[in-house]
Amino acid sequence: MTNLRDQVGPYFGEFGGRFVPESLIAALDQLETTYQAAKADPSFQAELNELHRTYTGRPSIITEAKRFAAHAGDVRIFLKREDLNHTGSHKINNVLGQALLTKRMGKTRIIAETGAGQHGVASATAAALFGLECVVYMGEVDTERQALNVARMRLLGAQVIPVKTGSRTLKDAINEALRDWVANVDNTHYLLGTVAGPHPFPTMVRDFHSVIGTEARAQMLQEYGFLPDALAACVGGGSNAIGLFHAFLDDEQVQMYGFEAAGDGMDTPRHAATLNYGRPGVLHGARSYMLQDEDGQTLESHSISAGLDYPGVGPEHSWLKDLGRAQYRGISDAEAMNALRLLSRTEGIIPAIETAHALAGALKLGKELEPGSSILVNLSGRGDKDMETAAKYFGILDGASDGK
Amino acid sequence: MVLRMASKTSAALSSRKQSGNGSLIGYFPAGYPTLDESIAAAIAMCKSGIDVLELGVPYSDPVMDGLVIQAATMQALENGFKLKQTFEAVSAITAAVDTPVLVMTYWNPVLSYGVDKFARELAQAGGAGLITPDLIPDEAQSWLEASDKYDLDRVFLAAPTSSPERIQRACNLSRGFVYAVSTMGITGARNEVDQLAKTVVANIREASTEALAAVGIGISTAEQVADVNRYADGAIVGSAFVRAYQDGGLEALIAKVSELASSLK
Repeated sequence: MTNLRDQVGPYFGEFGGRFVPESLIAALDQLETTYQAAKADPSFQAELNELHRTYTGRPSIITEAKRFAAHAGDVRIFLKREDLNHTGSHKINNVLGQALLTKRMGKTRIIAETGAGQHGVASATAAALFGLECVVYMGEVDTERQALNVARMRLLGAQVIPVKTGSRTLKDAINEALRDWVANVDNTHYLLGTVAGPHPFPTMVRDFHSVIGTEARAQMLQEYGFLPDALAACVGGGSNAIGLFHAFLDDEQVQMYGFEAAGDGMDTPRHAATLNYGRPGVLHGARSYMLQDEDGQTLESHSISAGLDYPGVGPEHSWLKDLGRAQYRGISDAEAMNALRLLSRTEGIIPAIETAHALAGALKLGKELEPGSSILVNLSGRGDKDMETAAKYFGILDGASDGK
Repeated sequence: MVLRMASKTSAALSSRKQSGNGSLIGYFPAGYPTLDESIAAAIAMCKSGIDVLELGVPYSDPVMDGLVIQAATMQALENGFKLKQTFEAVSAITAAVDTPVLVMTYWNPVLSYGVDKFARELAQAGGAGLITPDLIPDEAQSWLEASDKYDLDRVFLAAPTSSPERIQRACNLSRGFVYAVSTMGITGARNEVDQLAKTVVANIREASTEALAAVGIGISTAEQVADVNRYADGAIVGSAFVRAYQDGGLEALIAKVSELASSLK
């Protein structure tokens, strides 16, 4: 099992591909060609690196969470601080890369889907920076639970379109973005925010996020002198997880754990645990695990976290699952919210609810691993956007009872 | 090379062409608003002048469809449409009329059902084949095999942005006709049929002297149907029929079909 890192699309084993209308194929071909040329062009990587240094704030640091780890058995926990990136999450890594490609393709308009709003905010930010028109599709349900991010996007000059079709969440936002793209592909780039979708998105978005794991691997070796025994990341579409995992894929001693949203619980039908409870199918342009009924109709997912509330997952994760290289587990809303509060109170770091799934996973994992083991958690985003949900959940607004 | 029967779909389009008329291909979703009503509507369309029926399979994520068809197929799903009823509908329609019935379906329901099993049951029900809006020939190996095995038509799409190589491939691999996408966009009525449609059809003619080309997306008036048939082998109408049914039920649907079909006489 060597050189898993070298795997690129269109296929990851039996997963991936391009299951899209013919009208989009030319745009996907153009994107692939542009991306390959950029990858081979040292000036592209130099420009992206410079943006990351002077705008994103890379490299992001690693923080050891000692007081938090005290609740996780006898292990050390390290946090890769993607929450400290400009715009507050890992999403900016991919967005800046694709924004540069948009310019190279001579396109003037970007569209994006967003769940929690992190990718939408990052896209709106890049659009402002590069002078591009930006339209963000967001499920109507999500515009309500992530109202702060809607305001951020609008302040940045983006148009936010609430999507009222289907389940009115991330899945339907992607459908609407695809419809827009088919109609406007000549001047528009679809800045897809996760490692799902048709080729070349899963490979390209992964490459742009692989900076997370590349940095973290070097930082662990340099600052602590060892590699972590386990990696933990939350998985919706799977972009932050693959970004962390990729550099470690061929370090066989490093175990990898992706934590999906279990919503009301893994023993209930209200979850978003695609890799645990789904089966392979085609959704949004790629073959991968997905939540579907016996007729192949996509099932609605459920999670307190808008960013993980997605019935599909990136094809590379499906491949890693079937290979047994990574394990995927479910974390309930309640477990995630408890971890969110615990990290806030033990480390002074308020994570995004998405990220809290990885933290809850690390708490459980710590009790299973050998004493003295280490876990590297991708702290993929900060929790500012989730204050309203958290305040309601814990009843901590004035006038409400204190604590839950 | 296995000898196969000529496609019933292409035979229907060709004979209309030879007699100096064009063809009208009409879309209606199975299960909308209920299974029985959709069967009745489809049969009525065939009796009122459409040459090929395009029976839609309701699907949860129809990325090529505009609001009219989205609303109808969503309602069919809410009313309990099950995939297996597609075959019931095809059986009932083909028992009542001779019109070739092509099923228009997004790929995941077929994949989920089993490609071979879906093809076998479609053939048994008397269906002519499939139109697959989100399956490109590059990803279609299992469908190419199953459609050969059960003698089914397979309609791939050709878009204004398709390269000559891709058009060639769509022509070589399609059976029945090639679906010429008139415009860069999703289904739904438009005031004018895009001039791009002519280009796509010309590209298809360039690639193949045998492939038939039917133009779809945005066609809703008798004038547009007649105009498209001056250069193509058929006009495909969907949203306008569904809209007519939404607004005025079976009667309005029949009136709309008759109106568009009369432009070809």
